[in-house]
Amino acid sequence: MPYGLGIAKGMMVTLRNLVRKPVTVQYPEQRVAQHHRFRGEDFVWYEERCTGCASCAKYCPQGIIKIVTAPSGEMTQEGEKYKLEVFDIEIARCMFCGLCVEACPYDALHMGSGFERARPRQSDLVISVDELKASAKKPSTWFRPQLQDRGYDPFQPGDDVSWQDAGREKSVAPTYEEMLQRWVQGR
Amino acid sequence: MNLPSEQITINLGPQHPSTHGVFRLRVTLDGEVITDVEPIFGYLHRGTEKLAEERTYTQIVTLTDRLDYTSSMINNQAYVLAVEKLAGVTVPPRGQYLRVLTAELQRIASHLMGVGFFLQDLGASGTPLMYCFRERERILDLFEMLCGARVTVSYMRPGGVFQEPPPEFWPAVRHLLDTTPDAIAELERLISENEIVLARSKGVGVLTKEKAIDCAISGPNLRASGVAWDLRKADPYDVYADMDFAVPVGSNGDSYDRFLVRVMEVHQSIRIAEQCYRDMPGGPVRSELPFFFRPPPGDAYAHVEASKGELGFYLVSDGGIAPYRCKIRSPSFINLTVLAEMLLGWKVADLMVIFGSLDVNMGEVDR
Ligand code: SF4
Ligand code: SF4
Repeated sequence: MPYGLGIAKGMMVTLRNLVRKPVTVQYPEQRVAQHHRFRGEDFVWYEERCTGCASCAKYCPQGIIKIVTAPSGEMTQEGEKYKLEVFDIEIARCMFCGLCVEACPYDALHMGSGFERARPRQSDLVISVDELKASAKKPSTWFRPQLQDRGYDPFQPGDDVSWQDAGREKSVAPTYEEMLQRWVQGR
Repeated sequence: MNLPSEQITINLGPQHPSTHGVFRLRVTLDGEVITDVEPIFGYLHRGTEKLAEERTYTQIVTLTDRLDYTSSMINNQAYVLAVEKLAGVTVPPRGQYLRVLTAELQRIASHLMGVGFFLQDLGASGTPLMYCFRERERILDLFEMLCGARVTVSYMRPGGVFQEPPPEFWPAVRHLLDTTPDAIAELERLISENEIVLARSKGVGVLTKEKAIDCAISGPNLRASGVAWDLRKADPYDVYADMDFAVPVGSNGDSYDRFLVRVMEVHQSIRIAEQCYRDMPGGPVRSELPFFFRPPPGDAYAHVEASKGELGFYLVSDGGIAPYRCKIRSPSFINLTVLAEMLLGWKVADLMVIFGSLDVNMGEVDR
């Protein structure tokens, strides 16, 4: 083989790629479509559903969920419902594995979809109970595919899910064409 | 004229080879020729084996993601196979197929990274690596769809896989399997016959068959030396026994062969993934196990053909909710044992080529 042929072939590939449209995106301005199953931070927590059973804290491999409860005096006939005084998730050490969500028997805890919570201090990386109460209710559909079935999309502004909706209802699944459009050609 | 000269000892790293993880090589040079090498590692030590002793069997899955972080799915698979052996759990067919499909996609992603960084180490900074990353990104997109994470997947569980893929996963897999062969062909056109790649890697860092077997080298590095040993064929796990694929082997055991074997394995992985896609059975993906389950006292060893070689988990149970002992046989660590010998006599410029061609991942070496 004459010397330089391999390099010439390589240059052809480079040339073809030179005129193609780029695959990279300019991040803060442009974003790629993020799947709604993405396990992100900004945990979504429904106070109405949470009984303070602390299963989530027990299942967390990192042991970073801190729960302090007090008897609330409500629902005494069904076993007592506890009032949450502290529900801190120290996400500085969280690995977003989702085991806490998997553990919750009452569908009260969901993963969020965010990924941009960089802070200068580690102490700022604790999601407190007040923040959980106030946060936008945009759960990830990971572990709750029923949310996807009802057409819910965490990236639509204003599409918050109420605690009654975060349950287990079913509705119409997207068609094959819709999926192809959004997840294959849209990327 | 005879100039007085002496040998010089320099440190490469702990930053320099960080494309593969934080690693340090203390190299003694006589002029440009390497006369002594001492690999120093442990910078990434996290005590995974010890941590595993105080976590439940399900929680340990999250630790295995972080061993070889370029092939988390395969690490998950090795671990859950060991637990299943220990606890005597059977996995429904759909779960097994999904495991094989995801493990093969992960192998493609991992080999692409290995190839990309090898070329990077050759001095082809950027371009080929970005081509590899472009393809890898598409596989990671699939993982995000499947289980919500791209790298630290934690998708598999003892008894199967965590959950059913979303419906849009299937058209996306189809699209990936259709387009990846073209992308790999493009990469091959770009580099496989490139004179610079050939000149820098052919005959460089030869690992002979005998030496490779003596040092218990496994994976693509062993196959490049001409030994057709693949655990997917030699000791089939999950549904690999039903899969039709070839085991590519090299002939010389040099850096170029190691690179070529990885590229050929990507084609075989696509073939396996194709069969999984075609034959995917229905039914449950997981046999239900309680979160805090207690395997009977005993021990079990399970191994898989990971992207870097034989990855094994040895678990000892004392009947509790956490293993009494967890030993990880990580392929990169054992593949690194021949590095010093392979480097002797080569020039310092060849060092990164030889190291890069071994495709070592420090997350797994130090665990
Ligand atoms: S996602 Fe994982 S690490 Fe984070 S709080 Fe939940 S269980 Fe703990
Ligand atoms: S979030 Fe769920 S698991 Fe955690 S305390 Fe509340 S109900 Fe229990």
